[in-house]
Amino acid sequence: MSAETTHVHTQEGAVHGEHEGMTKKKIMKVLYILLGITSIEFFIALYLGPHYNISSHWINPIYIVLTLFKAFYIVAYFMHLKFEKLDMALAIIVPILFIIGLILVLTNESHYWIDLRL
Amino acid sequence: MSTAVAQPVDDVKSTPWSGGRSPFDVEYGKLMMWFFLLSDAFTFSTLLISYGALRFSAPTWPAPSLVFQSFPGLIEHGAPLVFVGLMTLILILSSVTMVLAVEAGHRNSKKEVVTWMLFTILGGIMFLSCQALEWNHLHSEGFWWGHIPTKEVMKEFFIRPGVPIPPYSQQAMTSHQFANLFFTITGFHGFHVFSGVIINIIITVNVLLGTYQKRGSYLMIEKVGLYWHFVDLVWVFVFTFFYLV
Repeated sequence: MSAETTHVHTQEGAVHGEHEGMTKKKIMKVLYILLGITSIEFFIALYLGPHYNISSHWINPIYIVLTLFKAFYIVAYFMHLKFEKLDMALAIIVPILFIIGLILVLTNESHYWIDLRL
Repeated sequence: MSTAVAQPVDDVKSTPWSGGRSPFDVEYGKLMMWFFLLSDAFTFSTLLISYGALRFSAPTWPAPSLVFQSFPGLIEHGAPLVFVGLMTLILILSSVTMVLAVEAGHRNSKKEVVTWMLFTILGGIMFLSCQALEWNHLHSEGFWWGHIPTKEVMKEFFIRPGVPIPPYSQQAMTSHQFANLFFTITGFHGFHVFSGVIINIIITVNVLLGTYQKRGSYLMIEKVGLYWHFVDLVWVFVFTFFYLV
C-alpha cells in the first residue's frame, strides 16, 4: 500500500515538473548562458588581465561573481531547484550560510597568518 | 494500519505538513540525494576554503597561467587555460546531455534516455582522461603530494611582470602547499566524477533492462542527474579558484 501511495505522489511530482520543467529550448538557453559566462572569464583571464595589467584585487571579485552566476544557473535550472516548493529550496539553501560563515572566519584569520609568516 | 492516513476520513488534514504525504512534493530518494549533496557541498567547501586561507596567507604563489600553460600532447608552452577550458566544456556539455536524459525520462522515451545517458557517460570518461593527462603533466614537472619541481623548473612559475622573483624558501613552501592542495582537491573531485560515471553506467543498464519502464517512472534518472550536476557545479568552483584566481 505504501508503495502505491509513493507512486501517486511521484505522478503528482511529474505533473508539476512537466508544467514548469525544462524543455529542450530552455536547456539550450541555459547551456548558452553557461558557455557565455565561461567565455567572459576566459576573455578576462587571457586578454583583459594581461593587456591592461588590471590588479587581481579587481579581477578576482569579478571571477567570483561570474562563478556564482554559473552556480545559480546549474542549481536552479539543471538541478531543477527553482521549480521545487519554496520550503524544499530553503531546506537546501539556508544551510549554505554556514559555508559563508567559514569563508568569513578563515579569510579574516588568514590575514593574521601572513603577519606571522613574514 | 499505516494506510489510514490516505483515507478520505482524514480530509480535514489536507495541509502539506499534516502528514501522510511529502510536504515538499518530492519523492524520498530525491530528497535524500539533495541532503547528501548538501553534506558533500560542505566537504568540498572546507577543502576549497582551506585552500583559500592558505593562499591568502602565502607571501607568493605559483602563477596559474604559468603552471597550467600546456595542452598535453600538443602544445608544451604558451597555451594557458586552453586545456582546462576543454575540460570545462566537456563537463558542461555532459551536464546538458544529463538534463536531456531527464527530459526524455519525463516523456517515458526509453530510447532517448539511453542515448543521452551514453553521451553523459562518454563525457565523464573524456573528462577523467583529460584529468589523467593534466596530472601526468604536472607530475612530469615534479609536482606530486609532498613533492615540488627542481629549483630551475620551479623558478619559472614565479615570474611576474614588475615583481621580483621571491626567495627560494618562499617558492618551496608555497609550491608544496599548491601541490598538496591541487592533487587533493582535483583528486577528490575526480573521484566524484569517477563514482558518477559508475553510477550512470549502472542506471543505464537498468534502463536497458526496463526496470524504470516497469516502475512507470524514470525518477531514478533525476536522482543520478542531481549527483552529476553537482559534480559539474563543484568543477565550476575548482576551475575558478585553481585556474583563474
